[in-house]
Amino acid sequence: MVNHAAAESHVFLITARASRCKIPTTRGWGTHMNATLPIAAGDAAQASASPSRSIPKRHSATVRWTHWLTTIAFLALLLSGGEIVLSHPRFYWGETGNVNTQPWLNLHLPSSRDTVPTGYGYTLPDQNGWSRYLHFQAAWLAVGTGLFYVLFGLFSGHFRRNLVPGDVSIKGIGSSIIQHLRFERPGPEEAWSYNVLQRVTYLLVIFVLFPLMIWTGLAMSFGFTAAFPMCVRLLGGHQTARSLHFLTTILLGLFLVVHVVMIFIAGFRNRMRAMITGRAASATK
Amino acid sequence: MNKISRRKLITTGLAAAAGATGVGLAAKLARSHGLIPPDARGFYGPGETVTYAAQRILNRHAMAREFSRDQISVKPFANEVDPLGAEFQRLQAGNFSEWRLTVDGMVARPASFSVAEIKSFPTASHITMIGCEEGWTYIAEWAGVPLSYILDRVGTLPQARYVVYRSIQPDWWESIDMSDALHPQTLVAHGMNGGELPVPFGGPLRLRVPRQLGYKSVKYINHLTLTDNLKPFGKGLGGANPDGGYAWYAGI
Repeated sequence: MVNHAAAESHVFLITARASRCKIPTTRGWGTHMNATLPIAAGDAAQASASPSRSIPKRHSATVRWTHWLTTIAFLALLLSGGEIVLSHPRFYWGETGNVNTQPWLNLHLPSSRDTVPTGYGYTLPDQNGWSRYLHFQAAWLAVGTGLFYVLFGLFSGHFRRNLVPGDVSIKGIGSSIIQHLRFERPGPEEAWSYNVLQRVTYLLVIFVLFPLMIWTGLAMSFGFTAAFPMCVRLLGGHQTARSLHFLTTILLGLFLVVHVVMIFIAGFRNRMRAMITGRAASATK
Repeated sequence: MNKISRRKLITTGLAAAAGATGVGLAAKLARSHGLIPPDARGFYGPGETVTYAAQRILNRHAMAREFSRDQISVKPFANEVDPLGAEFQRLQAGNFSEWRLTVDGMVARPASFSVAEIKSFPTASHITMIGCEEGWTYIAEWAGVPLSYILDRVGTLPQARYVVYRSIQPDWWESIDMSDALHPQTLVAHGMNGGELPVPFGGPLRLRVPRQLGYKSVKYINHLTLTDNLKPFGKGLGGANPDGGYAWYAGI
């Protein structure tokens, strides 16, 4: 099924990549790739009877859709959460905390409330109305998308195949960390598979940070803790939940920064194309 | 059209029809069970409705967390209030003996109670947390008459769905559903931490709704109205805070 012209173009692409050149704009190159892509990792579930759809995608449609819905929800949560923090940019441990008590962390930011002693001579406009509406609407989007993704990941084998590091790859974590610290551009094999550090990080984000975010968020809801008081008691109190919600935001924010930086290092166009259309650029294993 | 796409088309069509019917049924059920908030329209309507409905399904009979006496905040924060007007100052000078709490709307026997009468009713108390939407909290002991007692006394009509409560400050009013209105912890509070309810904290009378944020615990209340429809009040969103862009349901 390999036609000659396509094979040539494929070889050219690989060469271009290996020499770290920018891959030339390849209008219509996707049709070339159709015939040449070898079967690699990624979700092979895409295969169907029609020949134009027999190529495995780097990311399955479910992964791509849930990725971008989560992106929208996360950015909305970050923006609205930041606005809400500005109305009281101080953090406490335990159950209670207010301007009459000592915070463990004072962000020293201007506030949208004149009751907060900030040292600034002005008060920011109050944005909490729409911020709170947006925060909870985006939280539902994130939770719904996340639940769908986790169920999909468990039943489709996506977690097992693409995210759980095998015995061999776990041993490579040291060199993978060094490679990341040197901001080295990943090799072509990583266009079709996650490296071990990526796998561990994604698993932490999916199964630790996002659940912690939801838990600490719900622990601040008076309506929710009435029904499930243990939710906040286990954390050590309402203000502790708020502080942990903030600290987890910092970790997720750090993840976002590194994630985006790595995409630029690995090749922005290719990585974006893979997450939008599912097609990946280089294909050797 | 080949077989697979026809099958797909039929399946998709059936799924869409089932989905639409499901949403329609869910909306009808939600309305009949009081799971649609008054601010259910607009861009944020879906999230708000799901939040309110989910919380009401989970917490309809749940009690707000209560604390021990040694957890009461040594330094509670009263928050600022709009300037108290001349009428308030006149009533305060008279030690609130002329303060009235009027109850009207969908009740069998509209009434007006003095603070002394309210204090003569059976008193309940709880040590609960009050939290501001800004993020700060304090714990205090609140004492007062369960709102359900007052509603019982005036003979609330069965079709009433909301209690609208107004402050002497014209810009402050809110409303709650019957789940919160009849909830045993919802108090017409007149005492705090063993004493009178101080004016900065809402004295002489404050509606204390511990399963929602502080902005639903309106200070200086003097008027309760029972209704089955919030449309005629303000912008029709159920409160001064919703009129100002905040959510009507503040359980989160």
